[in-house]
Amino acid sequence: MSVDTKTVKKVASLARIAISDDDAERLAPELSQILGWIEQLGEVDTSGVEPMTAVIPNSLRLRDDVVTDGGIRDALMINAPQAEHGFFTVPKVIE
Amino acid sequence: MTDLTDLGIKQIRDGVRAGSFSAVDVADAFTAKVSRAKALNAFLVETPEHALAAARAADAARAAGETLKPLAGVPIGMKDLFCTNGVTTTAASSILGGFTPPYESTVSQNLWDAGAGMLGKLNMDQFAMGSSNETSAFGNVISPWRRADGSNAPLAPGGSSGGSSAAVAARLCPGATGTDTGGSIRQPAAFTGISGIKPTYGRCSRWGTIAFASSLDQAGPMARDVTDCAIMLEAMAGFDKKDATSLQLDVPGWERGLSSDLKGKRVGIPKEYRVDNMPAEIEALWQQGIDWLRDAGAEIVEVSLPHTKYALPAYYIIAPAEASSNLARYDGVRYGLRDLPDGAGLQDMYAATRADGFGTEVKRRIMIGTYVLSAGFYDAYYTQAQKVRTLIARDFERAWASCDVLLTPTAPSAAFALGEKSADPIAMYLNDVFTVPSSLAGLPAMSVPGGLDANGLPLGLQIIGRSLDEQGVLNAGLAIEERAGFAARPEAWW
Repeated sequence: MSVDTKTVKKVASLARIAISDDDAERLAPELSQILGWIEQLGEVDTSGVEPMTAVIPNSLRLRDDVVTDGGIRDALMINAPQAEHGFFTVPKVIE
Repeated sequence: MTDLTDLGIKQIRDGVRAGSFSAVDVADAFTAKVSRAKALNAFLVETPEHALAAARAADAARAAGETLKPLAGVPIGMKDLFCTNGVTTTAASSILGGFTPPYESTVSQNLWDAGAGMLGKLNMDQFAMGSSNETSAFGNVISPWRRADGSNAPLAPGGSSGGSSAAVAARLCPGATGTDTGGSIRQPAAFTGISGIKPTYGRCSRWGTIAFASSLDQAGPMARDVTDCAIMLEAMAGFDKKDATSLQLDVPGWERGLSSDLKGKRVGIPKEYRVDNMPAEIEALWQQGIDWLRDAGAEIVEVSLPHTKYALPAYYIIAPAEASSNLARYDGVRYGLRDLPDGAGLQDMYAATRADGFGTEVKRRIMIGTYVLSAGFYDAYYTQAQKVRTLIARDFERAWASCDVLLTPTAPSAAFALGEKSADPIAMYLNDVFTVPSSLAGLPAMSVPGGLDANGLPLGLQIIGRSLDEQGVLNAGLAIEERAGFAARPEAWW
């Protein structure tokens, strides 16, 4: 699989990572090489094989539908890059 | 008087219990050594006050005639992937610069509950992505080991738990936590001549451990010998209702169960691990390991794990896919770095923050993960990789019909020099060729030092066990340890 710079930019945009044209030029052959290497998986016959969902059998536990945590707003806000009045703030979303 | 920093976990625990020395003396000795070892860059944060507080508690408990906790008086190093309440935790990434968790990870809390103290937070590959500790945002960790050729080239301590391996090998702490996603405990342990075990997936809670690839991540101990690993793992493991994949099982008494008598045990040698271009010294050490285990009473059998060669490519789909999803949370809104260019909107803020905050390797893996999960490619890459994972797990299942544990080399080479492999991602990924298959199958596996290569650098042997059979793995490790008599240690130059 050969990845071109257009694809690199699209993937970067999906991943929400800003990249320059130079970055895209550099990443295209690098990602092509890695993807080319992992494509050898295509030669494995997996017909009738289920994809793995858990490495060891383990069933999901259920618990009562009650509140078990909370009331720690201030502790959770201490790392906020910008917070006002107990809210996380971000740039204006609606013009 | 003996240098207290030469003692391992068991010796410290027993010595404090017996009153041979005080826990405070031990903590003082280690904190002094940590503060003088800056050249190794193993610690990101030093927390002598934490180690001292735990030591004082241990001494007070002894003075009061109380029963001492399992790790009373033992100071350890904590990989920076574990969130520690009130102590900066960054996963060695700028995007978490200055992040101070208001909570404690389950594994670290378990260790404090067992009486251990913390010497500091250990450097690592950024978000645990790397095999040489060269992806840290806070500089390379330098291995305490040097080649015997006098070149003094700075060597990689392995990765991602490179701060942990360097610190234990340099006697800056008797034990340290590590995490292993594809070999991040075992490969650095092998590179630095120490022991380390990755338990069965689900033994150690992942709660509060910064996530890389959730279906693979497991915590484990790194220490100087097998017994110390058993003691420390007992304290770290255990059911945790806060982790949905935590196993609801009692923690076995691994230390009590240790036995190097392998009579009646069968050790499998997987023929597919004889890879091309394997250095003759590693081949020879592997044969030596086989002879040691036979000497311990085990029967040696050849086994086949036919899908071995597909483990690494499958891993480099599954791990980046999970990482791209896990790392979506770093958006500059709730914690960590925010980069807000002039006039930028929300989307631009996300993109600028993530471009600035993540290192090159982390971005590379997020991009691969995003690509393989994107519309149109999901089945060809991700679903196919998960099917191959099923086949790899099945290979191991079949092998267990004819053997109890597997013996392999831990890594395909001794420690390489910093910078030697960093230009070629795939060459770096190939370091994990022997450790990744057991990670994909969730099996317990450990590395123990076997000997030195011609350059005087440590080489490790890996033991892989059945699901939940940490005891079998530790016992085979102990049998090797007793016969290898590995006593080499790096000469202090730092």
